Amino acid sequence: MMIWVIIIGMALVTVIPRIIPAFIVDFIQFPDWVNKWLQAIPYAALGALIFPGIMTVIPDQPYIGVVAGIVAILLAWLRIHVIFVVLSAILTVFLLTI
Amino acid sequence: MDLEEKQLIKMQVRDGFIAGSPIVVGYLPIAIAYGVLAKQAGMTLMELTGMSLLVYAGAAQFMGAGMIGLGVSALEIIIATFVLNFRHFVMSLSFINQIKHYARKWKFGLSLGLTDETFSVSSIYKKQENQAYGYFFYGTIMLTSYLSWVLGSFLGGMLGDIIPQNLSQSMGVALYAMFIGLLIPSIRKYKRIAVISIAAMLINYIVSPYIGDGWGIVVGTVLGAFIGIFVLEEEKI
Repeated sequence: MMIWVIIIGMALVTVIPRIIPAFIVDFIQFPDWVNKWLQAIPYAALGALIFPGIMTVIPDQPYIGVVAGIVAILLAWLRIHVIFVVLSAILTVFLLTI
Repeated sequence: MDLEEKQLIKMQVRDGFIAGSPIVVGYLPIAIAYGVLAKQAGMTLMELTGMSLLVYAGAAQFMGAGMIGLGVSALEIIIATFVLNFRHFVMSLSFINQIKHYARKWKFGLSLGLTDETFSVSSIYKKQENQAYGYFFYGTIMLTSYLSWVLGSFLGGMLGDIIPQNLSQSMGVALYAMFIGLLIPSIRKYKRIAVISIAAMLINYIVSPYIGDGWGIVVGTVLGAFIGIFVLEEEKI
């Protein structure tokens, strides 16, 4: 029973921040600089999500995540489709951990 | 609805499926690992699958299951979840502003499916936002990701670790590689974007040991994007 209370509590505190923007953007006219800030968010979020998290792929060998990341950067730069970038990074970690 | 409209919807769904496929590759092994961990922490199959259905947030679920196993109080777990997931507010604000012209029901529906990964894919694939039935594109990304997360959790809870350990460990890099695969083409097109991303990385790296991973991502994202106000040129974004 207690576990369901925890689950529902976790669900509420997760979903409320997610949905609030859907109800407020219609009522607020953001100034230009805020719009610019919001447009920059995806690139900032991607940066913050990639690093330093990628070093924890193999927690005691942080370099493995970094090497796989460099492989991913090179392939993505060569315009390889993202799904093959992902598969190559997986293969890189796999080979480095055999 | 005439044939042409059906064709357009079908195309958006197909494109959404392709765009979302790296998320599925990333989610399945993590969800299975979560299912295994939650089972070990003493949760039933119904509870652990229910958590995926209702909470749908990877890192928070790992933390929550772990804390349940340790017997931490409900209030502490819920507060920790809020802190860890608050970053979705910032992401949602950015994404919903991008699809501002959509009907309220679509904004609401799509925001429900927002995670780090679905946000990243949806906000990089910008051209669909002004296409006919583009919301089917974003909706497909949200739905396939959600279903793969729930299904993976269920499989992990029921069957245990079905993916060999060294393979599932290697698959842990999948979502990071996807983030890179999404970011690099944008930087290739417009180099100044790299300034924003690298600033966010460094800020997160510097602050997260003091304030935790959840706030580290929030602060890195918010401040990194602030730098964007100064480095991005209006007409190029």
